Amino acid sequence: MSETLQSVGIDLGTSTTQLIHSRLTLENTAPAFTVPRMEISKREILYRSPIHFTPLLNADTLDAAAIGDLIAGEYDRAGIRPEEIQTGAVIITGETARKENARAVLAAISHLAGTFVVATAGPALESVLAARGAGADVYAREHGKWVLHLDIGGGTTNLARIDPRGKIVETGCLNVGGRLVKLDPQGTVTYVSPVLKGFPAPRVGERATPETLSPLLDRLVAVLEEAVGLSPPTALLLGQITDKTVKTDPMPEVLSFSGGVAALLEQEEPWLAYGDLGVLLAAKIRASKLMALPHILGRETIRATVVGAGSHATELSGSTVFYRGVAFPLQDLLVAAWTEQALREPAAVALPGRVVTGYDSLIRLAEGLTRAASTLPPGAPLAVVLEQDVAKALGQALATLLPPERPILCLDSLSLPPESFLDVAAPVGGGTALPVVIKTLAFS
Amino acid sequence: MDREGLKALVAELLQEMEGAPRQEHEDAEKILPDITAVDLRKAYFVKNPADGAAFSRLKAKTSARLGLGRAGSRYETFSYLRFRADHAAAQDSVFSLVPEAFYRDHDLPMVQTMCRDKDEYLTRPDLGRRFDEKNQVIIKKVCGQNPKALLVIGDGLSSDAITANALDCAAAIRQGLKTHGIELGKTLFIQFARVGASDHIGEITGAELVCMLVGERPGLTTSESMSAYITYRPRPGIAESKRTVVSNIHRHGTNALEAGAHIADLMARMLEQKASGVDLR
Repeated sequence: MSETLQSVGIDLGTSTTQLIHSRLTLENTAPAFTVPRMEISKREILYRSPIHFTPLLNADTLDAAAIGDLIAGEYDRAGIRPEEIQTGAVIITGETARKENARAVLAAISHLAGTFVVATAGPALESVLAARGAGADVYAREHGKWVLHLDIGGGTTNLARIDPRGKIVETGCLNVGGRLVKLDPQGTVTYVSPVLKGFPAPRVGERATPETLSPLLDRLVAVLEEAVGLSPPTALLLGQITDKTVKTDPMPEVLSFSGGVAALLEQEEPWLAYGDLGVLLAAKIRASKLMALPHILGRETIRATVVGAGSHATELSGSTVFYRGVAFPLQDLLVAAWTEQALREPAAVALPGRVVTGYDSLIRLAEGLTRAASTLPPGAPLAVVLEQDVAKALGQALATLLPPERPILCLDSLSLPPESFLDVAAPVGGGTALPVVIKTLAFS
Repeated sequence: MDREGLKALVAELLQEMEGAPRQEHEDAEKILPDITAVDLRKAYFVKNPADGAAFSRLKAKTSARLGLGRAGSRYETFSYLRFRADHAAAQDSVFSLVPEAFYRDHDLPMVQTMCRDKDEYLTRPDLGRRFDEKNQVIIKKVCGQNPKALLVIGDGLSSDAITANALDCAAAIRQGLKTHGIELGKTLFIQFARVGASDHIGEITGAELVCMLVGERPGLTTSESMSAYITYRPRPGIAESKRTVVSNIHRHGTNALEAGAHIADLMARMLEQKASGVDLR
């Protein structure tokens, strides 16, 4: 017996905008006669949109109307109505997130795309989704290797460091991408990203050739070499970090590539084919020290992030959870650390690690949470997210302590990074588990 | 291998393992090292493996005794002794009684099936399902007539399982049922109990639903595994297919608290549907 979730992924990137529809199959994988364990057992991609250039009104403004039309058109072509969508993510990435109206566009799109679709941005999540979409985590687990995944897009390169068990342990983001310089079909420079300040970059209006662009490309590749630990980090690398980079100890055993530039690693094209640095950057990477390490191309390359958003953004909670009086879906719950302080705003109280050792400690924790919840606004849920598998027991304890009109939500088997937000969809599996999407900070 | 050699081997294994306690040299003179302290899921014994790290990752997923290494065609001494130790623990758990303090200190009225001792319990399953007159009187007095739901704890085949899990699990069941508006009376402790003892209790008391927490036959992985058998309208002769079971309740399986919370919801559903086992939807 299985059920499915209809999911969408939309990626508004620096260069391209893409959409996928996918179907997630949920199954109880626990043996009979034991407590159920719902898992996402299958992720099928039902529809892949063509790769569109991201519509812009000018260098600093997204064309909201054109983006809306594009998405509506893709839903039509896929034959899927927004009302059918049960989960998914719209993610706005790279340089696009820096556009002036990015926030408004994102809000409008997630409204258009379906009721429970997460609108999100932020390099940490993009790195995670790209690595999962490319299958780098599965590769690491199956081969037992430290893998560093690089999703090289138009504006940024997203890094994900993956341990031999397939766990993404760290993410990073660098201002290295194929579309930091744009050129017209004659090779005249039409745009130079401000993040290239201090690089031997061409000027707008200048006629460029592969030879004149070579010093800039060498420097961009050098940034990547430093980031993966092939040469010691210098000011060059530090200057291109958007939020942080990843550790290189232990050294990655395998490099994994995705993103639009990675898609060009294995094919020769005229250097001006895309009107940007992509083809030349790929050629430089192919000739660089990066290729001296064992390396793989992702299962998805240019679509890694959108596949990640559509098929891998949704996770399932543990299968013994508790909820009472909650109006699903819950959106944008701020994740708060548990400090025994009174709660004044609705938040998801994160309880990492092993917090309960027996019934007595369960009751003490429930009593503390009950005190903290007394200052919540009327009708706001007390939401608790544990790593330890005790959510149902804790929820039942809270239900006996809190007044009946207070909604309660207790989830487990999830770890929430600080400063993240949580969306929770309606229960699945006969009410046993809840689909969640953990989002990182949307806009700084 | 002599005693000193074994001591050194165990100390070495413990040190190799992450987070294992270091043995003090002075203590080593007095105390024989505990070979069961080695977590077999984390220890890998093959010498000069092609890819020991990969094997260790696989091993972490199973409690099967893999990657033990060998001496000629035989186990190494440590593996052999550890097997014997785990087997002994399983046997001990079957043959030992749940200590009196367990039920006396936690207000669990004790009754006994018609078995007189462990040997009879093991050889006469039929007697482990029935109570004599004297015990029937106690059951009637403690449980009353026609209770909606009863929770009982039976030693079954593992006393370790009961002392490790039953109290937390019972407390969570009691609390969980409260959220469904069901108040449990006192919990009985049954010595020399088979699952079928539920049926006689159902007959004596007229209980609508009986949940028995019972110690599972121990294996070499854990001697602490407990199950819950829940029967709607139990009576002698009821088909086993009419019972709902939640198994594998122990530290490394489903923890006692969460299992209890799950069992409470199951019990509420059974009372609502008036069914258990294969009849429960």
